[in-house]
Amino acid sequence: MRVPPDIAIPPGEPLTRITGTMNSENLPGLYLHIPFCRGKCAYCGFYSRTDLSLIPDFLKSLRAEMTLYREAFSRIDTVYLGGGTPSILGASHLEVILDAVRRQFVIADDAEITVELNPGDLTARALRTLRALGVNRLTLGCQSFDDAVLAFLGRRHSAGQCRDAILAVRAAGFDDLGLDLIYGLPAPGGDPGTAFRGWLASLQTALSFQPEHLSCYQLTLEADTPLAATLALSPLSLPDDDLSARYFLTTSERLEAAGYRHYEVSNFACDDDHRARHNRKYWDHTPYLGLGPSAHSFDGTRRWWNPRDFDAWVGALRDGMRPIAGEEILTLDQLRLEALFLGLRTREGIDMEAYRKRYGFDLCAERGDKIAQLAAAGLVRADGYRFSPTRRGLVCADFLARFLS
Amino acid sequence: MKHIRNFSIIAHIDHGKSTLADRLIQYTGVVDARNFQDQILDNMDIERERGITIKSQAIALPYRAADGRDYTLNLIDTPGHVDFTYEVSRSLASCEGVLLLVDAAQGVQAQTLANLYLALENDLAIIPVINKIDLPSADIERVKAQIDSELGLDPETAILCSAKEGTGIESILEAVVRQIPPPVGDPESPLAALIFDAKYDAFRGTVIHCRLFAGTLKAGDVIRFHYNDATYRVEEVGRFRLQREKADALRAGDVGYIIAGVKTVSDVRTGDTITHEDRPCAAPLPGFKEIKPVVFASIYPIASDDYEDLAVSLEKYKLNDGSFVYEKDSSAALGQGFRCGFLGLLHLDVVQERLEREYDLSIILSVPSVRYRFIMKDGASGWVDNPMHYPDPLSIIKSEEPFIRAVMMLPDRYLGTVMKLCMEKRGVNSQMNYLSPGRVELTYEMPLAEVIYDFYDRFKSVTQGYGSFDYDLIDYRESNLVLLDILVNGEKVDALSQIVHRERARARGVQACDRLKDEIPRQMFKIAIQGAIGGEIISRSTISAFRKDVTAKCYGGDISRKRKLLEKQKKGKKRMKMIGNVSIPQSAFLAVLKSDTD
Repeated sequence: MRVPPDIAIPPGEPLTRITGTMNSENLPGLYLHIPFCRGKCAYCGFYSRTDLSLIPDFLKSLRAEMTLYREAFSRIDTVYLGGGTPSILGASHLEVILDAVRRQFVIADDAEITVELNPGDLTARALRTLRALGVNRLTLGCQSFDDAVLAFLGRRHSAGQCRDAILAVRAAGFDDLGLDLIYGLPAPGGDPGTAFRGWLASLQTALSFQPEHLSCYQLTLEADTPLAATLALSPLSLPDDDLSARYFLTTSERLEAAGYRHYEVSNFACDDDHRARHNRKYWDHTPYLGLGPSAHSFDGTRRWWNPRDFDAWVGALRDGMRPIAGEEILTLDQLRLEALFLGLRTREGIDMEAYRKRYGFDLCAERGDKIAQLAAAGLVRADGYRFSPTRRGLVCADFLARFLS
Repeated sequence: MKHIRNFSIIAHIDHGKSTLADRLIQYTGVVDARNFQDQILDNMDIERERGITIKSQAIALPYRAADGRDYTLNLIDTPGHVDFTYEVSRSLASCEGVLLLVDAAQGVQAQTLANLYLALENDLAIIPVINKIDLPSADIERVKAQIDSELGLDPETAILCSAKEGTGIESILEAVVRQIPPPVGDPESPLAALIFDAKYDAFRGTVIHCRLFAGTLKAGDVIRFHYNDATYRVEEVGRFRLQREKADALRAGDVGYIIAGVKTVSDVRTGDTITHEDRPCAAPLPGFKEIKPVVFASIYPIASDDYEDLAVSLEKYKLNDGSFVYEKDSSAALGQGFRCGFLGLLHLDVVQERLEREYDLSIILSVPSVRYRFIMKDGASGWVDNPMHYPDPLSIIKSEEPFIRAVMMLPDRYLGTVMKLCMEKRGVNSQMNYLSPGRVELTYEMPLAEVIYDFYDRFKSVTQGYGSFDYDLIDYRESNLVLLDILVNGEKVDALSQIVHRERARARGVQACDRLKDEIPRQMFKIAIQGAIGGEIISRSTISAFRKDVTAKCYGGDISRKRKLLEKQKKGKKRMKMIGNVSIPQSAFLAVLKSDTD
């Protein structure tokens, strides 16, 4: 089996491990949604509450929810604490949660255990605790190294706090750190050039810390967020498609020049081993269990989601019920479509033979012409076995999926 | 017979014809209020939505008049659009009188006058009715003055009504009884029945709607169509209630239906005369015309697999629309399809919509065309309604195109802009006539091709809705024509070709390129759109490749949402046609005809 030249395979690695997408035999991942924040950021559409007195209820319900799924998801190899703001919880709370996880589930020895952190609420003690609890990967929600941008986004930390937090993380001995960054803000004073250069400066600062992982998200307006309301009334606007593409492509070029691999639309890793193992499960149809309000789960054919409502979630668990707001059983067509658009969001792209085996659809035979058209337009690389988006393909991955679906 | 009244309601579009019909039906108790669905006579969805009547309907209303006698009032509804003038005239020929409805706010409009002329041609009693008197903008005195000066009718006989609120209905029914004469005709004479409509019934075949002028008709009789001498044995006759109601016989003066094993509506000609095979009438009833389509376009399935479905659907559709014609056609760009003829652009819209809605088809229509006539060097002449069949320009010695007489009514403050528009549309021989101070009747002779090309929309727009318009085909005139081709990325799209006047070609080419640029979405590569005459490129526009098309985040909670969005978009994609490697949306083909100046 040949592999496109832009996919590097470390010598000695079995191919199946690298091209492990489509492999339903992967162990599931566990996501824990910590639905608390000190305040709401202007752009964020995730579910969270600011009333911290609910934390004891949350911990109790979370443990109850784990027991409901311990049979179905007995063995896992990634744990991800996201939110919300997991770092809002004290060391003892985190200990309670991770203890419960270890008691209810069998966690693989080499499991990836990630916690999202907010630069504003980090303490050396908390970091020591996390380390002691076996957390081996941290992501830090820096978003920017520009105080004006942080203020615009409604973040409650400064660029200086980002720097301090990174140094503290390193000092605590963590060697797998991811930084989250946001680009594509409305240009203040109507000068898109200034905003663009500001982004590159933030990116450069981020690189100076040599993080193992970077997530660079284009700012997206989520419905019902303060930012959406503000922009609706303001002359400011988000970058148009052409400028967005320039942000995207320049970011990708800069980071790849610095040795990172642009392995998913918004994600970069210093090498293949540092790609986010947990997140990759979402993109290759590996089962995942999501606990906490608003979390989504998937068991291979069925997807369900918890209510975006703390009280409803607690209430259901108090009654011994699965706290489910909705559920769908995916048809084969739906699985095919998902695998297509998810695969096209990754630089690995789609292994057509694996796709045929798993979803019973021969992309090579049925979509060969179209794949060839995309290849001719420079949007994918294809070799008859696999097709994968180029950099220019990634920036229009949604189009690729529509075109091939 | 003296207790029968046959009448129609005629009006300009939107003056409330269907609403009044509904009220008359309600008032006479044919249907109780509980089961009442507004605009009963318009029983197709599209008609109800657009508020226009496309095909005539008929209903018999039982009415006990103030004189204490029981009457049967046969209301024959008429189509309300310029494309269907002939159908209207045949419905009117079946009546002794009409209610001429005028909107109390809008007053007399072009179709009011055109319909009045049709009624006068048929020697009908005319009862003016001023409708919508409940509107705040109603100006009854002004409308009465127009009825006097513009229609030449006695304004004092006008009945005031609000069909919406149900006022004036009884006065109208009384006037129908008193002012419209009862039908005359000898039930013992040889049969003469006028066909004014036909409907297809899946169980019974064609149901012929007719008016008997002489003779008597009953089940078992053998009838003959004058038009083609076809004979049929009558299975059933009857009258119209809300549903058909079987009767022993129809007699001179009656309006009713005939079921006689006629397979399709196309076997019947509106305006034809039915008589008995064994005792025919001496001469057919006057006024029969074979109506011919004037606007042509090709219909293609968006997915070529749907060709057979399209063929079956057209056949079914044709069962109920005798004025629609079609034949096989094929296009290099769009594959197998059908060339279709329509009575006008509205008829085309209706057919397109019904095919999509009732038969669930995704179709593309090529740019509509009129029928041109070419005389060739070798003396041969031929008709061309499809730009794909445009003859070799070198062998043409003369080309001709159809002309219409357009009659417009408008407030004189719009005169300047309307005349400019008519001139731009190659209008000639204008006549102007002041109907009353401030109101003008304007007549132009114009090429039909210019009228189907965005004239109506622009006329409405420049007169801000205060202008009204009606037209008649008059003749064919010599014209200097060329074929305008459209190339998408260098590939000729034959379904976008148009036959245009040489002087207009460049402007049309520029406009077509601009419109297509708006309609065709950005794609993965740059798209060049060119207009060309012969080999010469006369216009060009470019659609740049799209840049960013991806959402930033896609984690556990985003996947279902994203898939649903894609599923939705996938359905939308079906409405795009791949030409070469460019997807062109369905809307692009008709958009070429629309102007962007309004």
